[in-house]
Amino acid sequence: MPSVKIVRKSTWTDMTPFVDVAFLILSFFIMATKFKPPQPVDITTPTSVSSSKLKEQDAVLVELDKTGRVFFTVNTLKGGDNETKASVIRGVNQVRNLGLTDKEINAYVRNTTVGVPFSKLKSFLNLPDAERVKAFEGIPVTDSANNELTTWIASAVMAFQGKKLNFMIKGDNNAKFPAFKGIIEALRKNDQFKYQLITDPEGVPVGTDLYKRIQEGKNENES
Amino acid sequence: MADIDVGGDSGHKKGPGVKKAKKLSTRVDMTPMVDLGFLLITFFIFTATMSTPNTMRLTMPKDEKDPKDLTEVKESAALTIMLGKGNQVYYYMGQIKPDGSNFTSTNFKDIRKVIQDKKAEVMRNHYHDAGCEKIWAKNGGDQNSCKDKDFVVIIKPNEEATYKNSIDMLDEMAINYVQRFALIDITPDENMLVKATEQRNNVQ
Repeated sequence: MPSVKIVRKSTWTDMTPFVDVAFLILSFFIMATKFKPPQPVDITTPTSVSSSKLKEQDAVLVELDKTGRVFFTVNTLKGGDNETKASVIRGVNQVRNLGLTDKEINAYVRNTTVGVPFSKLKSFLNLPDAERVKAFEGIPVTDSANNELTTWIASAVMAFQGKKLNFMIKGDNNAKFPAFKGIIEALRKNDQFKYQLITDPEGVPVGTDLYKRIQEGKNENES
Repeated sequence: MADIDVGGDSGHKKGPGVKKAKKLSTRVDMTPMVDLGFLLITFFIFTATMSTPNTMRLTMPKDEKDPKDLTEVKESAALTIMLGKGNQVYYYMGQIKPDGSNFTSTNFKDIRKVIQDKKAEVMRNHYHDAGCEKIWAKNGGDQNSCKDKDFVVIIKPNEEATYKNSIDMLDEMAINYVQRFALIDITPDENMLVKATEQRNNVQ
């Protein structure tokens, strides 16, 4: 009886298609990726049905984290319009008599995210960028008599005179309402009534009035 | 590496003395390249922000000092929604009764139905007046567009409501196409009712 001969097959597999696919996916991700901008703190935004896209240029970004700390950032056109940023800090310097030096003003222009009360702003601006995050304790907003964000916004409005300035509010899901109210109060005191709240997209529930309007093609919230 | 040497036909002898020309294999081991490729893919997936965030527009009213500049609201067309802790929602129609009997507690899932019902009710009871023509003209002659003009939702989050709750409620306004709504402070009386209800229902 002849013994069964086992044919030994090579286990070598052709990896080339595999590599092709891998690099195809890789190139897709490289193209489609926009890097997350460095964030002072982690903020999880709520969702909304709104479909208007975010405009990040010429904007003031007010962030609110889950413990109620408030941060203030000035975004100018890409490439950086340093003069506008500098006039924001100069305005604040003048109003609050902080006595900031040119070096400190330059330090602000380099990274405009601020999250400290005015009393600590001077020492905050002398910190290297990496250590600023640790020093964040939030701009005081909940005390209506001393809402420091009002000064920041007033200064930004002055600096952006003649340009359209967008106000963006980015809040964390778990932030409490009084801090949000403090931000709105600060804006309202400066006669600013239109804000953009940054949210994550969400689908429109079927059968609601908005859903019907979108079906009929007359939703003015788009743009 | 990607293949295992099974020792198949490697020892193919041509005979003694015949010098074998050393043939170099053209096969390249792709494994490290695949490793690297997937490593990069993983990196890009983790750092990617795929969906760009959207923005929701919010317009707040100006502080009116003069009482005659204040907007008047029809009692029959007003819905007041209060937000408390633990994602709880409370509401009442019109004015709150002194004994608080029309103060109802609900949640985010059911509040939509309440808003829709109230809106439908207001639209049913619509009383035509001169202001309607203006609204028609603005909406391209849509005669239904004026029916809900009296409907006002007043949103009052208390100090324990979260930012998410407030945004969800504003979003609810967009979803139900409520044209007039206001975000204002809760009154101490209403807050007391909310607190009492929270205690009774043991809301954490």
